[in-house]
This record gives sequence, structure tokens and C-alpha cells, in this order.
Amino acid sequence: MSTDNKRVKGETVLEIRDLKIEGNSDGVWHPIVKGVDVTLKRGEVLGLIGESGAGKSTIGLAAMGFARPGCRIVGGTIMFDGIDLRKASEAQKRDLWGSRIAYVAQSAAAAFNPAHTLIDQTVETAVRHGIMTREQAEADARDLYKRLQLPKPDTIGDRFPHQVSGGQLQRAMTAMAMACRPDLIIFDEPTTALDVTTQVEVLAAMRDIVEQFNTAAIYITHDLAVVAQMADRIMVLLRGKEVEQAPTRQMLKQPTQDYTKTLWAVRKLAKEESISDDIALRVHNVDASYGGMVKVLDNVTVQLPRGRTVAVVGESGSGKSTLARAITGLLPPMKGEVYFNGKPLPKALKDRDKDTLRRIQMIYQSADTSLNPRQTIRDLIGRPIEFYHGIKGAACDRAVAELLDAIELNESYIDRLPGELSGGQKQRISIARALAAKPEIIICDEVTSALDQIVQEEILTLLMKLQKETNVSYLFITHDIATVRAISDEIVVMHQGKVVQQGPKTKVLNPPYPAYTELLLSSVPEMDPDWLTNLLAKRAKGKVKA
Amino acid sequence: MTAQAPDIRSVRARRTFWENAKRTLASAPFSAWFGMVIILIYAICAIFAPWIAPYGEADVVGKAYLPASAEFWLGTDQIGRDLFSRLIYGARNTIGIALITTMLSFLVGGTLGVLTALMRGWLDQGVSRIVDAFLAIPVLIFSLMLLAVFGKVQFFMEHRWVLLVIILGLLDSTRVFRLARATAMNVVVMDYVESAKLRGENMRWIIFREVLPNILPPLITEFGLRFCFVFLTISALSFLGVGMQPPTADWGSMLAENKTLINFPAVGFPWIRKPFYPAIAIALLTVAINFVVDWVLHKTSGLRDEH
Repeated sequence: MSTDNKRVKGETVLEIRDLKIEGNSDGVWHPIVKGVDVTLKRGEVLGLIGESGAGKSTIGLAAMGFARPGCRIVGGTIMFDGIDLRKASEAQKRDLWGSRIAYVAQSAAAAFNPAHTLIDQTVETAVRHGIMTREQAEADARDLYKRLQLPKPDTIGDRFPHQVSGGQLQRAMTAMAMACRPDLIIFDEPTTALDVTTQVEVLAAMRDIVEQFNTAAIYITHDLAVVAQMADRIMVLLRGKEVEQAPTRQMLKQPTQDYTKTLWAVRKLAKEESISDDIALRVHNVDASYGGMVKVLDNVTVQLPRGRTVAVVGESGSGKSTLARAITGLLPPMKGEVYFNGKPLPKALKDRDKDTLRRIQMIYQSADTSLNPRQTIRDLIGRPIEFYHGIKGAACDRAVAELLDAIELNESYIDRLPGELSGGQKQRISIARALAAKPEIIICDEVTSALDQIVQEEILTLLMKLQKETNVSYLFITHDIATVRAISDEIVVMHQGKVVQQGPKTKVLNPPYPAYTELLLSSVPEMDPDWLTNLLAKRAKGKVKA
Repeated sequence: MTAQAPDIRSVRARRTFWENAKRTLASAPFSAWFGMVIILIYAICAIFAPWIAPYGEADVVGKAYLPASAEFWLGTDQIGRDLFSRLIYGARNTIGIALITTMLSFLVGGTLGVLTALMRGWLDQGVSRIVDAFLAIPVLIFSLMLLAVFGKVQFFMEHRWVLLVIILGLLDSTRVFRLARATAMNVVVMDYVESAKLRGENMRWIIFREVLPNILPPLITEFGLRFCFVFLTISALSFLGVGMQPPTADWGSMLAENKTLINFPAVGFPWIRKPFYPAIAIALLTVAINFVVDWVLHKTSGLRDEH
């Protein structure tokens, strides 16, 4: 490479002018990105935020001169350190990718090859590009592992991707991206799939390493609090256009555009808690396990009052979803009872009668997998009406139309397939399907975590409205504390299959905390750009004391 | 889409099957159209054979080995039957039996495949291991053996096609089973299947309404391909003399009966040697089905997203 590789902070490394990208759907080209300018200097981190479909990832990839299959770059220039990426040949770009421009994807688990060890994959690009010998590269990889605070940096590279945790894998992927000391890294939602407690470590590691090497970075996310920690500058995108752009602090303090203000306002949804003694469902001393020795639920007791919302929080692997499976009978408990309206429920699903099944409904995290893609909305919502209430034909269609009104869609949607709806609309259909059974309890398993924040708020508001109208109880499983604040009356904190704490919202969210609750709550990013720095300082101090 | 007056509350009727079919067909490429037209012609020949064919299936209507003429369009065979008529009847026999065979294999293999994917456990283990054992034996040799064993049964001596259908159908169902089970595996873990279980739906609903529609695209393509293989196998068996028995017209046996003519030049228009007519009929149908299958596969899989 002929270009000078000195890293001078403040020198422009990427300059995108008037970028236009089109995407193909069913043979028709639609504009996805409609004239966006990006300038990035060395050592600077630019945060790209916006809802899904705003064109964040497309712009991120375009910064590498790459368009996804089904997309094409139709206008503008992409200058990377003096090289026009739009005119560069495939071979030229291949030379840049991995060595001077790197990409960190959302799902590290999907990005790693399960058949090779971490270190093999970390050094591959550096060796392939002829930048280092294998020995040098391996030594360097171990150094990077150490800088990224991976445990046992000398030997962790010999493990396979499935032998490390999700957070560790994400850091290993960052190490892989850093292996050639690139000039530009694109982080595409790198922590979205992680628990909050893990997210803190990964964010800190990534921020650190970008600073150490003066790397320019584009950080794509829909989580405002995260971007506030990572970015020097924030660009807000809406439907392929820039809404506004400003340094992080200024952007957080005084956004100028209405759209940005609505984005900022989302996090302020809250509900007055109300306590009730009328218990609809009581999980009593339940143990459960997936056939093995390890108890996934360990002596769990949870109460769900009628017409109220109980939020179950905890990181992945804490047994939240298993609790749902134990209640629904998909995983019969080994010990303990589930009382429904005071009477014990039959443990296994097949022993429960139709009317019991009707009263407990479930809404899943991903409407993509919980709605059969081959059934129309009419069939999806109509089936429980027909199945439980025996209403057929035109009367059933009318009931479906009424439910569609209740979830703020209308009957023009009735013949659509789930694939023809947006993510938020699909989740509304899931809610309507649960409501169609006229249940007493709805178990909501991470129902908003796959959605954008604005859509999340709409769904939560809808759920609260429906609760008022039908007095249904929600068991709300989530790892998102903001959601918990917004809708719950009571909170259950779970950790490693045990209930750490159950109580009214105000009590759980305020000190004194049990140790785990404190860790969990303190790990939730806040909209304060100094939050991460302060938290790390506080935790370091705590460690020294201990 | 216009919103209707709220007081009437009559809900718009479903989009019909034909509307959907029209939309889909409008986007078919030339190769698919070619394939569909060929298949349609074959189907018409097969269904209306007695009305289309100028002569009967087994009627001796002229001298042996007559060349093509206005009277006998493709000439006559070794005992003087009209080759063109026999080709048309052959379509009926070969395609008809292949179709029934393929349907049987899909009924058995498909249902078992989805069921084992749903139930897992010992049923899955048992059926899968038996299928593995069957898959280890080459179809042609295995069916030759089975035909020899059961060919002596009185009922099958009178209705040979039933024996062919059962043997080939069951042997082929092992392959369908593999595919159905593998694709159903990916579907049964979906939340909507769990959701249907939680609703209290029975096995029939889950198999036919939740799982089957989602594995249909690969199964339909497989149906086309399996149909080709079945009908090639039937032709091969008939060529060897153990499939359809004379005087029933069948492309494989017709090929065998006329094979000596390969040594003689074709006389007059269209200068194609006689044994090639049934061979062309077999090849053309196989190619046509593959064209259509390719298109269906292209439409239903993610393939179209790769340039």
C-alpha cells in the first residue's frame, strides 16, 4: 500500500458525499438511502442511530464500498483515505477489507466459523494479507485479547466459538477486526444481542481499543443510551435521510429536530404502580430442569395479582423463559405447584383442558417465528376464536375485525400474510391472537426487545390500554429495565434460576438493593455520556476496596 | 383498500386461489412456460389417449416395421402396431403409474417425516434407522429383487402395475421421508408450532396446518424431481422386461422392442430412428419438469437474491 500509514488524529479518513442506494424488492428498485453525507476523522467515533429501515446498516456497509445483495449504490462518492471506493476494483477492495477497513457484526455467534478456533480466525486476515507472519499475528492476537480484558488471554484463543460466552465472543470479534490495526471499523449493533451486564464490559473494551489505536469508527445502533457512551458525534437517520448531526453532548442536551425529540422522549414512559392482593397465579417452590442434573429453576416462588403486571427481569440463562415454560406446562416442574385461581394446575400440557389453556396465553419475543408465515391474519386471529369459542364464518370474521380495531389496525389487514406487515404490526397481531382467547393471564416473553424504541413504546402503551379494558394480568419477561419501569406493578429479579427479589416496583428499583439487583440496575446504560466512565471508575474503586 | 362503513361490518372475502395463481404465473420465465406447456400436452395426451390416438393401444394395423407415412405418422413397430398411437397410450401408462407412485411415496414419506420430526424420541429413532437401512440398497436392484419375489403372486400377475406402484412408492418414500423430516425439523422448533400446542391443537392440525404449508415449497420441487426419477425407473424396469408387460404400451418396453432398429438408418421425414421416439418422449418430459421445478425452487427459496 502506497499510502502513509501514520495515524494523525484529526485527519479525514472517510468522506461520503451525497450517497444514494437503492434496494430491490420483487423486481422494483426503491431508494433506501437518499443522499447522505458522512465525514469521519481519525480517532473519531460517529454514532448512526435511527429505527430499523432507516438505512443505518446500508450506510455502514457502503462505507466499505459494499452493497448487500439486492442493493446497489447509484450515486455519490465514497472516498476512503484518497481511494474512491465506488471506482475501486473488487481486488482493490478485497485488499482493503479486513486490513484497513473492518466490520463487527451484530451476531458474533453467526459471524464466527464454528469449526475453527478463535485465534485461527483472529489471525487469518493479517496472515492472508501478508501483514504479519503467523507467529507475530498470534502474539499480537493474545495482546489484543488482553487489552479487551478477555479471561486467560494466552489460552482463550485455542477455544472454539461455542466454548466462550456471547460477550466474550463479541470481544473476540472486535479483536479480529483490530488484528490488522484498521483505519476504520464499522460496528453494526455489536451489543444488541448481549445482556446489560455483559454489554458494559464489551462497550468499555471497544471504546478503549478504538482510543488506543486512534481508529475511526462508525457505531450503528438503535440504543440511544449506548451511542451516548460510544460516539463523539451522532447522526440521526430517518428513512434514508439525515435528520440532524451534532457532537454527542450537544445532541443529547438540545436536539433541534422534532423527530430527534420524539426519539429522546421515548425513554420517559412510566406507569403508576398499583398493588393488589387478588392473586391470579401463584408459582410455588417450583424446581425445573431440562432432563439433566442442573436445575434451571431452583425453588422459585412468584405471584401474579389479577389485572396487574409483574415484570420478571434477569440476564439470559437466569431462567426467565423456563419459568414461562413451567407455567404453560411445556416443561412440567419436577417439584412444586402452579396455582391458578387458587387451584393447582395439572403439571403437563396434555393434562390440561381446553378452558384452562384458553385462560393462559402467551406472546413471544419474535413475531416472525410466532406467527405462521403461511397463514393470513384472518386465520391467525380467527383460529383461537373458532377453537375456543366455537364462532365460525362471518361471525368469526367480524370478531377478527373487532380485534384488529382493538389493536389499532383495521380490517383492511385481514387478508395479509405476516410477511406483508412491519415488525410492530406483527407484534400487534400476536397480541390480538392472545386476546382472541379472552385470557386471564398473558405471558409476554421479551415482546418488545426485537422492536425499535418508538414502536416499543406504542406496543407497551397498547398493552397497558388493553389491560385496563380487560383486566388481564401480564407476566412480563424482559431484560430491559426501561421497559420494566414503564409498565410493571411488581418486579421479580431472577439470577441463575433463583428469585433474588420480588416486590413492588418502587421498592425493587430503589435502595437498599441486594447485590445482584444493584449490578443489574447499574449496568443499564443511561442517556448521560459520562455514565460508562463513571460506572467503570466506581466499579474499579469497589474492587480495590474489596 | 378502502375502509368500509363501520355499521355494516361485513368483511372482505379472501383472495381466491385463482387470483394468486394468476399473479404467480404472470412472473414465470420462458423456460418455465416451455416446461408447463410440454407437461400440459403430455397430460392431455395421457388423459384423452383413446380419443387422440388414431389406432388402439394393442391393435395390429399394418405390416411390421413400416416407415413413417400419412397413414402411420411414425410408422409401425415389430408386429405392425401404430407407433404414434402407442406413444400416446404410453404417456397414459407411464405418467399415470409414475404419478400414483410418487403420490404414494409422498403420502407415506411426507406424513412419517413430519410426524417423526414432531414426536422425536423412539419413533424417530426407529423409523430413521429402518429408512437408513433401505437407503443403503440401490433402488433398481432392490426393486428387481422385490418384483421377482412378489411377481408370482396371483393378484399381482393380473395387476402388475399395482405391484410396481407399491414397490417403487415405498422405496421412494424413504427419500421423501429424509427430506420431509429434515425440513420439518426446522419448522417444528418455531414458536408458532409451540403456540399451536399451547392452544391445545391436535396432531392433525399441527401437521397439516402449521408444519406442512411451511415445508411445501421444497416438497413440491422434490415431488417434481422424484416423479422424474420414478418414471425413469419404471421405464428402465420395463426396458429390462420386468416392468409393464406387453401388450400394454409403455415407453420403456417400446424402446426395448424397437431397439434393433437402431442399426438401420431412418427412412424419410423426420429422419429419426424409431427407438428414439419413446426415448425422446422420456427425455422431453424430464427436461420439462426440471424447467418448472427450477422456477418453483427459484421463486420459493432465497436464490433470487443472489445475482
